[in-house]
Amino acid sequence: MVIKAGSLVDPCSTRVTKTGAWRTFVPVFDHEKCIKCSLCEIYCPEGCIHQEEGLFVPDLDYCKGCSVCANECPRMAITMVLEEK
Amino acid sequence: MSEKTANMKVVEGSYAVAHAVMCCRPDVISAYPITPQTHIVENLSQMVANGELDSEFLTVDSEFSALSVLVGASACGGRSYSSTTSQGLALMYEVLYNVSGMRLPVVMNVANRAMGAPLNIWNDQQDAIGARDVGWIQIYAENVQEAVDATLQAYKIAEDAQIRTPIMVCMDGFILTHVYEPVELLDKEMAREFLPDYQPPAILDPAHPMTFGAFADPSTYTEFRYQQFEAQLKSMEKIELVAREFEETFGRYYGGLLESYFVEDAEIVIITLGSVVGTIKDAIDAMRSEGKKVGLVKVRSYRPFPVQALRKALKNASVIAVVEKDVAIGSEAGLLTDLKAAFYNSNIRTPIIGFAAGLGGRDITVKDISKIVAKAEAARKGIESEFEFLDLRKEIL
Repeated sequence: MVIKAGSLVDPCSTRVTKTGAWRTFVPVFDHEKCIKCSLCEIYCPEGCIHQEEGLFVPDLDYCKGCSVCANECPRMAITMVLEEK
Repeated sequence: MSEKTANMKVVEGSYAVAHAVMCCRPDVISAYPITPQTHIVENLSQMVANGELDSEFLTVDSEFSALSVLVGASACGGRSYSSTTSQGLALMYEVLYNVSGMRLPVVMNVANRAMGAPLNIWNDQQDAIGARDVGWIQIYAENVQEAVDATLQAYKIAEDAQIRTPIMVCMDGFILTHVYEPVELLDKEMAREFLPDYQPPAILDPAHPMTFGAFADPSTYTEFRYQQFEAQLKSMEKIELVAREFEETFGRYYGGLLESYFVEDAEIVIITLGSVVGTIKDAIDAMRSEGKKVGLVKVRSYRPFPVQALRKALKNASVIAVVEKDVAIGSEAGLLTDLKAAFYNSNIRTPIIGFAAGLGGRDITVKDISKIVAKAEAARKGIESEFEFLDLRKEIL
C-alpha cells in the first residue's frame, strides 16, 4: 500500500483498511452451545458476524473485539480471549 | 515618477493586503470579523460587491465555520482565503490541523494580536506563535509592503505540487493593519503572470468520488505526519526561490527565510520577527554611528524554522539577544527555545538571552533596544538571566 499526501483515498477504502487491527480481545465461538438465535449477528455494531455453512463466525478483518456479541449471547457460547499479536 | 514607484500609494495596511488578495484571484473567501483584522475582510467584501473581484464571499457565524468553509472550497479545487487574529485563530484551532493534514493550500493573513484573558485587543504575537506546530507555514512581515508581497508569494509556495501546505502570513495588528504608509500596490496582470491559476492534484467531484483526510490507523498515521514534515522542510528551498522570482518580477527582496542587517561583523546580534524589526534597524543605525557592532537577524519564516540558515547567519556573533512578543508560560518563549535547540548540536556556543517584549501592545522603543543591547553586552561575561520580561513594572505587582 502506498499512501497519498493529505490522506486522499478512493471510495470504499475500508475494503483495504482492515479496521480489526485495533482489537485486543477476540470472540471465540463454541458451536456446540450455539442455538442459532442469531442475536450475535443482530447486535454486532460492525455487522461483521455472519453465517458460514450454518455456523456463526466473526469477520476478524473488521471485528474490533467490543464483546457485545459475547454479552448478548443467551447461551454464553462466545468467550472473549486475549489476542496475542 | 519612475517606473518603480508608478503604483506607489499611501493606503491603510489592511487595504493594501486586501488589494494583494484581490490580485491573487481567490475563488472563495470566508471570514468572521475581529479586531484588528476587520478592515482586511471589509475591504475584500467591498471589492466583491463592487464587482472588482470575482470571488464567493461567505459570511459565517464564527472563525471555526470560516475555515471549515475553506476546507470544502479548497478540496473542490478553489483558491481559498481567510484572515483572522487572536481568539479567532484559537477558535480555528481544530480546523487548522484539518487544513494542513489534508494538504490544502489555504492562505490566511493573521493580524497578530494578544490572547485573552485578560481582554486585550492590541498587538503581540502570542496567537500565531501558539499555533506554531499545527502544520502551517508561518511568514512574518516587517512592514505593509512585505505583508502585501508575502501574500502573493504565499499562494505560489502553498500551491506547489511538492509543498501543498497552508500558509499564515503574519502581520502585527494595528501596527501594520491600521497604519497608512506608502505601498507599491501589486499590478493585477503582473500578479497573474507570477501566480497562475491553481492546479489542484485532486478535487472533490461527484463524478469521481474521493475522500479527503480519510481514516489512518496506527499502521499509517506516522507516515502522513512524516509527509507533512518533509513537505515543510522542502518548502524552505521554495520560499527562497519564490522570493527571488518575486524580485525578478517586482524588484523587491527582503530575504527568503531570514534577513540579515549588519550581521557580518556584529558582536551583538538581535534576532526577532515582525514589525519591531523597523525600530531595531533604527536603533542599530544609531549604535553603529557610535561604533557599537550590533546587528540584526529577522526571521521571516518561523515555520519551517530555518535551522541551517540561522547557524550560518549567527556563527560569528559573540552574544545573541532574542526579542519576541510571546511567552511560553511554564517554559520561556517560542523563538528563544527554538533557537537554542537549533544550536545545541552544532559547534556554536554563543550565549543566548531572551526577552518577552511588547506583550499586549506595549511599545518597544529605541531606548528599550539599547537596554537589551546593554544586557547582551553584560551576558558576554556570563549569563545572569536567560529569559526575562522586558521592562517588567515591579511597582504594580
